Formats: sequence, structure tokens, C-alpha cells
Amino acid sequence: MLPEALFFSAVLFVIGVVGVLTRRNAIIVFMCVELMLNAVNLTFVAFAQVYGVAGQIFVFFVMTVAAAEAAVGLAIIIALYRHRQTVNLSNINLLKG
Amino acid sequence: MTHNELPLFYVFHVYFFGLVAMISAVCFVTRRSPVAAALWLVNTMFCLAALYVLLDAQFIGVMQVLVYAGAIMVVFLFVIMLLNLGHPSELDDARGIWWKLAAGGIGLAMLSQVLVLTKARLPESLVLPEGAIAEQIAKSGAIAPLAGPLFRDYLLAFEVTSVLLLAAIVGAVVLGKRKERGHAA
Repeated sequence: MLPEALFFSAVLFVIGVVGVLTRRNAIIVFMCVELMLNAVNLTFVAFAQVYGVAGQIFVFFVMTVAAAEAAVGLAIIIALYRHRQTVNLSNINLLKG
Repeated sequence: MTHNELPLFYVFHVYFFGLVAMISAVCFVTRRSPVAAALWLVNTMFCLAALYVLLDAQFIGVMQVLVYAGAIMVVFLFVIMLLNLGHPSELDDARGIWWKLAAGGIGLAMLSQVLVLTKARLPESLVLPEGAIAEQIAKSGAIAPLAGPLFRDYLLAFEVTSVLLLAAIVGAVVLGKRKERGHAA
């Protein structure tokens, strides 16, 4: 089932990329990043079935990083909202010059 | 692994969960309301957990449900409800046509890359005999084949991960703390 799993994973990753590029809500952009991480996990698991169990261990580390990222990222979004009363990315342009 | 050797039941479920995952992902990026989007994403993650189980990664499937669909998405929903962003129809969310064209172009480029990559072949010497992982799981359970390498070959990475989590917790608390203003201002 390797080709099918890789196909699903690629499509999910592309959907995540499209979401990041087309949405302005910071929370939804952040969830799209999570979707991309999930797509990569599917690739790891699919390859682990053919090339050995190390791929599944990588998925553990990806999940840990995703959890840490979610905690810090959402804290940043909350701090940002407290400051600007918005999570719309086009209003968050402090570094735009 | 050719399809002829696999039971139809198995093949059907791989396609079923894959399709449901893709459809929910499309619904997820097209929803206006962040709560609806988050719930579609939870659905995608459940389907991915089912795919993991079908791909001989039972323990990863359980972790997917517990960590992703459980913990991470609950935190997302919690923050969405905490922020109280207003009615979805008031959110000016979608970007302009140029962003959409760029996104479509990048998506097509990535999908064509996948089509090219399907023709690539990795060296045969790396490939395990067919069904080796399933056999290992049948012999020693779903967790032991993972735990061995995790606590032997990848022990350092595992320990470093704990430092990463500690840093993330401290960072989240510092960022989330409300600044005391009364005296300074």
C-alpha cells in the first residue's frame, strides 16, 4: 500500500500548503501547518512498513515537536490578540516597514 | 506489495479512510468558521489514525488519537473559544485572487513532483522482507519493536525531547502571562 499512502500524504500536504497561502486567520494557518506535519507522519509510517521501524520512531519526535509548537504558537497568538484585538494576518504588519 | 495478495477488506479500508481524510481536509481549509475547521481537522486526524493502524503502526495510531486529535486539537478549540473572534461571516478571511493562484500553482508543482517521485526506486538492499513488521508485531506485540530502538539507538534524541518540551512549557507560560501594569504606568 506504499504508493497509495504516499499519494494521500502528498495530497494532504498540498491542501495544507494551499490553506497556509489562502487564509488570513492565524489560527487556521496554524492548523494547516499541523495538517502538513500529519501528512509527513503518514509518509514516515508508510515507509516504516517497507524500510524498518525507525520511521515510526521519527513520527514520535514529529508529534513531540508538534505538541511543543502548538503550545508556544497558541500562546503567541493569544499574546498577539491581547495586543492588537485581531488574529487577521493582514492586520499584523509590524515588520512590514 | 501487490494488491492481489491483500484482502479486499484491507484495500477497501485504506482507500476509504484515505478518501475521507482528503475530503475532510478540503472541507477544513474551505470552512469560514474556525470551530468548524478545527472539527474537520479532527476528522482528518482520526482517518489518519485508522490509516496508521492499517499500515502496521498500531501504537502510532493510538498516539495520533490521544496526542493529536485529543490534546492538540482540544488546545486549538480552547484558544478559538477563548479569543471570541465574532461571527464567522464578519471575518475577512480569504486572501485575494493572486494568493489563490500562487497557492494553486505551488500545489500543482508539488503534485507533479510526486508523480515524478513515484518513478524513483530506493535500493533493494534496504527493503525488509514483505510483512516483516507485521510478523514482528505478531510475535512481540505492537510496542516492543518500537521501544527497543527508541530507548537504545535513539535514547539521546528521546532525552533531548524532554528538554524541548520543558522549554515549550516555560515559553508558553511566559508568553501567556498577563503583564502587571498598575505600578509602572
